[in-house]
Amino acid sequence: MSQQTEPPILSLQGVIKRFGGLTAVDQVSFDVPKGEVFALIGPNGAGKTTLFNCITGMHVPTAGKVVFESRDIAGTKPYQTAQLGIARTFQNIRLFEYMSAIDNVKVGEHVRMKAKLWDAIFRTPFARREEREVSERAMEYLRFVGIERHADNYARNLAYGQQRRLEIARALATEPHLLLLDEPAAGFTPQEKVELMALVDKIISRGITVFLIEHDMKVVMEVSQRIVVLDHGEKIAEGPPAEVRKDQRVIDAYLGKSA
Amino acid sequence: MNRLRALVRENSRNPNAIAYTVMAIGAIAFPGIIQFANGGNGDYLVSLAADSGVYVILAIGLNVVVGFAGLLDLGYAAFFAIGSYTYGMLASAQLISSPIHHAVHIPFWIALLIGMFVAAGAGALLGAPTLRLRGDYLAIVTLGFGEIVPRFFRNMKDWTSGVNGISALDVPTLPFWITGPWASTQLAIEHNFRFVSFNPTAWYVLVVILIFISVIGVNNLYRSRLGRAWMAVREDETAAAAMGVNTVNTKLLAFAIGASFSGFAGAFYGAKLSLVSPDSFGFIVSITILSMVVLGGMGNIPGAMIGALLLYSILYYFLPAAPAQAAALAHSVGMDWLNQSSPNGWPGISEFIHRLQFIMFGLILVGIMLLRPQGLLPSRLRAQELKRGVHDESAVVTA
Repeated sequence: MSQQTEPPILSLQGVIKRFGGLTAVDQVSFDVPKGEVFALIGPNGAGKTTLFNCITGMHVPTAGKVVFESRDIAGTKPYQTAQLGIARTFQNIRLFEYMSAIDNVKVGEHVRMKAKLWDAIFRTPFARREEREVSERAMEYLRFVGIERHADNYARNLAYGQQRRLEIARALATEPHLLLLDEPAAGFTPQEKVELMALVDKIISRGITVFLIEHDMKVVMEVSQRIVVLDHGEKIAEGPPAEVRKDQRVIDAYLGKSA
Repeated sequence: MNRLRALVRENSRNPNAIAYTVMAIGAIAFPGIIQFANGGNGDYLVSLAADSGVYVILAIGLNVVVGFAGLLDLGYAAFFAIGSYTYGMLASAQLISSPIHHAVHIPFWIALLIGMFVAAGAGALLGAPTLRLRGDYLAIVTLGFGEIVPRFFRNMKDWTSGVNGISALDVPTLPFWITGPWASTQLAIEHNFRFVSFNPTAWYVLVVILIFISVIGVNNLYRSRLGRAWMAVREDETAAAAMGVNTVNTKLLAFAIGASFSGFAGAFYGAKLSLVSPDSFGFIVSITILSMVVLGGMGNIPGAMIGALLLYSILYYFLPAAPAQAAALAHSVGMDWLNQSSPNGWPGISEFIHRLQFIMFGLILVGIMLLRPQGLLPSRLRAQELKRGVHDESAVVTA
C-alpha cells in the first residue's frame, strides 16, 4: 500500500500524560497515515480527548513524542500547532457564540492572514483586499459544510447540527493538513450521521487527513480506514475496523469482561 | 445625488449610523448655537464641551479593552495619568527643577504622539503580568495598577513637583487659525495662533478632530483581523487559541491600543487645563469612564461615546446647576419660604438639592440600567444577549 512508503503525517511515540497521581494517557504509540480517516475509540474516560489535547498543545505530555510532519511538536502552544496545520473541533461545541457564523469562520482564517496592525488601523488597500478575499473564502467554507444560508446568524442561534458543521468549517478555514474531530456525530440523528460521513469523505478528497474520536461504532466502522482503541489510557488494539471489531480485549473493554 | 439617497436609505434604520450623524451634526453646530443662545457669552459651555470630549476619547479607548476584548479594567485612569504627565514633563519648565536641570519644550503635536506611545507601552507593561488572569482577578490587578500610578507621580517629587502637580504647560500652536461668528468674533484669519484658555472654541475644535480620528481608527480596528481576534478571545479563549489566534499578543494589543487613546486624551487634558496634578486620576475617574462605557453600550463605539457625553453632562452640568435651578423654581412658583433655612433643620432648597447631588446621580445610573440593561446604544451582540428567548425559538424551528 502507498501509505507505507510515505511517512505518517502524525506519529505518537510513547506519549504519557499524568494529572497528579492519575495517568490519563499511558505509553501510547501509533502512526496516523496521510490522507486517511483514522479513528480513536474507547469507553468514557479512556483518555481520548486528553490525547487530542496533547496533540494540539492544550496539554504538554508528561513524556513521549508527538511528531507532526517529521517534527516533534510536544509542548508547542495551541496557536502554534494551528499555524503548523493541525485544526480541531471540540467535544462540547466551542463556537464564538456572539459572533456571526461567517465571522467564526473568518477567525479560523486569522492564522493565514497577513494584515499587520498598521494595515488594520489605516485600512490600507492591502487590508481591504485581504478582507474581501477572506469574506469570499469564508462563504465558500460555509457552503462546503452546507450552512451558507446562516452566514449572518449568531453562532449561538444555529441549530445543534449546524453548530457542529460550523465548527468544522471554522477548523477547515485554518487550512489544516490534519483535522481532529472530537465526537463529531455526538447527538446526531441517523440521517445527520449519514450526512456527516459524506462530509468527511469530501474533506478527505481535499487532501486533508482526518483523525476522529467517535462513539458510534457504525460511523467509525464505515468511515475510517484504521482504528486505535484506548482503554484506561492504554492502547489495547490497532488495525482496520474489521479486525478491531473482533479483538477480544476491545469487546471486553466495551462490554465488560465475563468473569 | 442618487448615491447619497441610496446611502441614506441604507442606513436610515441603522442606529449606529444615525448616532454618528446626530453626533457629527451636533458637534459642528454646538458652538454656534450655544454662543447665539447665550448672546455671545457661551464660552463656559463650549469649554465644558471640550472637556467632555476628553471623556469621549477615554470611553472610546476603554471600550476597546472592556467591550471588544472583554478584559475588565478598573484602573484605566492610570494611563490617562501617564499621558498627562508625559505631556506635563515634556512641554513645560518642569524639568528645570528635576535632576536633569533642563526644560524640555516639545511641540504639542509631537508630544501628543509621544504621550500615545508612552501610554501604549504602559498598557503593554501592565498587560504582561495579567495575561493569565481572567475576569474578577484581572479587575483586581488593574485596580491595583490604577492606585499605584497616581501615587507614583505624587511621590516622584523631583520630577513631578509631588502634590502640587505640574503647572504652566505649553499650549499648542498653529501657523494660522480661522475664527468667526461661531466663536462670537468677526470672521478672520489669525496668524501664529496659540491655543489659549480664553478661546475655548479652538480647544473644542481640536478635541472634535481628535475624536474624529479616534473613531475612524478604532472603527477600522473593529472590522479588521485584530478586531475579530479580540472578540474571539472574549468569547472563548481556548477555542481562539486552537484556531491559531495568539491570545497573549491579542490581549496585549488590546491593553496597549486601549491605553494609547488615554495617552492622547491625557496630553490634551494637560494642555487645556495647563495643570497636571496627581489628584485628577483617582479611582473615581476609572469608575466614571467604565460607567460611561457600560451605560452607553459595551462593545459599541457610538454607544460608549453617547454614554460619555450623557454622564459627563449630568456630572458636570446638570447636577452642579441643579441647586440654583431649584431655588429659582421655588421663587418663580411663589414658594420663597423653601429658600429660607429654618431653625428646625431645613437648610433651604438650594443647599438641600446640593446635598442630594450624588443620590440623584446614583438614582439616574440605576434608572438607566433598569430601563436599558444593555446600554443606551448597545452593539447588536449585547442586544441579543439580553433578549435571547426570541432568537432561541427560531433556532428550534429550523432544527
